[in-house]
Amino acid sequence: MMEKMIFGRFIPGDSFVHRMDPRSKLLFVFAFIVIVFLANNVATYALLLAFTLFVILMSKIRLYFLINGLKPVIILLIFTFMIHILFTREGDIIFQLGFFKVYEEGLRQGIFISIRFLVLVFMTSILTLTTSPISITDGLETLLNPLKKIKLPVHELALMMSIALRFIPTLMDETDKIMKAQMARGSDLSAGPLKDRIKAVVPLLVPLFVSAFKRAEDLATAMEVRGYRGGEGRTRYRQLKWDWRDTTSLASLVVVTIILVVLRN
Amino acid sequence: MTEILSFNNVSYSYTPDNPNARKAVQNVSFSISEGEWIAIVGHNGSGKSTMVKLVSGLLFPQEGEVRVMRDVLTEENLWEIRSQIGMVFQNPDNQFVGATVQDDVAFALENSGVPYQEMVQRVHKSLAQVKMDNFLNHEPHHLSGGQKQRVAIAGALAMRPKILILDESTSMLDPQGRDEVLKTVRALREEIGLTVLSITHDVEEALYADRILFMNDGKKYAEGTPTEIFALGDKLVEFGLELPFAMRMTKLLQSKGVQLVGEHMTEEELVNDLWTSNFNK
Repeated sequence: MMEKMIFGRFIPGDSFVHRMDPRSKLLFVFAFIVIVFLANNVATYALLLAFTLFVILMSKIRLYFLINGLKPVIILLIFTFMIHILFTREGDIIFQLGFFKVYEEGLRQGIFISIRFLVLVFMTSILTLTTSPISITDGLETLLNPLKKIKLPVHELALMMSIALRFIPTLMDETDKIMKAQMARGSDLSAGPLKDRIKAVVPLLVPLFVSAFKRAEDLATAMEVRGYRGGEGRTRYRQLKWDWRDTTSLASLVVVTIILVVLRN
Repeated sequence: MTEILSFNNVSYSYTPDNPNARKAVQNVSFSISEGEWIAIVGHNGSGKSTMVKLVSGLLFPQEGEVRVMRDVLTEENLWEIRSQIGMVFQNPDNQFVGATVQDDVAFALENSGVPYQEMVQRVHKSLAQVKMDNFLNHEPHHLSGGQKQRVAIAGALAMRPKILILDESTSMLDPQGRDEVLKTVRALREEIGLTVLSITHDVEEALYADRILFMNDGKKYAEGTPTEIFALGDKLVEFGLELPFAMRMTKLLQSKGVQLVGEHMTEEELVNDLWTSNFNK
């Protein structure tokens, strides 16, 4: 169940977006996040929305998964919408109920901000839905490579991340086992007041940490014996390939940016 | 025969400042030639694990020397020698570095800077050798223990090692997984003449070896073929080792008055002797 929570985010597929290089996807999303802020009128927001819909179509991700990704931010979305409705006091009053007034500009801003939220969440969701965590790590490593010049341990960070990802299911299994073992000894993890439930987690965490440290030690030995000496002089088995898809999609983003600049006031 | 690995009067103590403390390994000498399968057996604390650490250069002996391919193992040639040693450890999960099977097999190759094209070839070849070539993109948590250990063997093979060291590699597996791994190692020996050093307290595994080194209290207690070693019988039991199942069975049958002559190392020998035992009457 818990495994689904983390890995269920990635949906394998064979669409245009799936087959893009993780580097270009990352660049694309970062650039998109920036250009979203260029929009400031109806035409530009419409363009952003249309472009996002187009990307969704290209990724062949079912809308259900995207709506799912929206769940955690829906409250934030409604909250910001309400703030704009309540506190922007410009333009004509379009609705009045006692002292509660809705101004035209407020509604406008509220809708714009909601669209901005929506496209950002959709785009980042598409990134994580179409790219496996390990590919994202690979992409990040190559993109951050220039930062090695300022002594950022890029390779080590990427390796740490990939090992962490690789061990999540292993530790999940372990947690499950420990949980059952403690339950067999009569510990109740799901009942009682909050204080008791927090206390019940301690006998779960202690063995988990002990075993995680033991695993780390074993892994370090295994890595050393297999000749791991840091990133120097290492070759890569996972090769990233930049092809026409990546160039096309980045080019399309450039086109969208230009149109945005032209259309905005 | 080319010598692959040797210990010459090797001693190691975890507390070198205390001369009275028992040494983990005491004055051990032995050598392995190309193509041999040697098993080191002994109960817990007999110095087996320390010997593995001495071979792989995680520890250096305080006395004596460890030679791999006739070169004395030192800090300087450590990494070069490690690339000639393939090791498979006890816990299948804790030695799986890569995100998928093929990534893991490629790990040691990446470390030593093998070019991409050659890496792909070697990964596929060594996975085929352990019959795991249909699992290229599997993630470790979808594999059984035996499969993970076979991937670990493939990872070692990809480096074309001179010697494969199995450090209690089968002790955490179910019987099926254990058979899987041992069958793989035996097939590899026939196929590519691999030299094997297996550290184990599983006597059935030790039976496959050409020679057994019996360790007790950090000292080499005995060395010989499986037949010679298990002829020690009760001596082994005294030191906390079990006898192979067939031998225990023979002893029990004899004590019940069944007429059985000689020792039986494997089940097959025992069964053959049992059904033929009345032929001459």
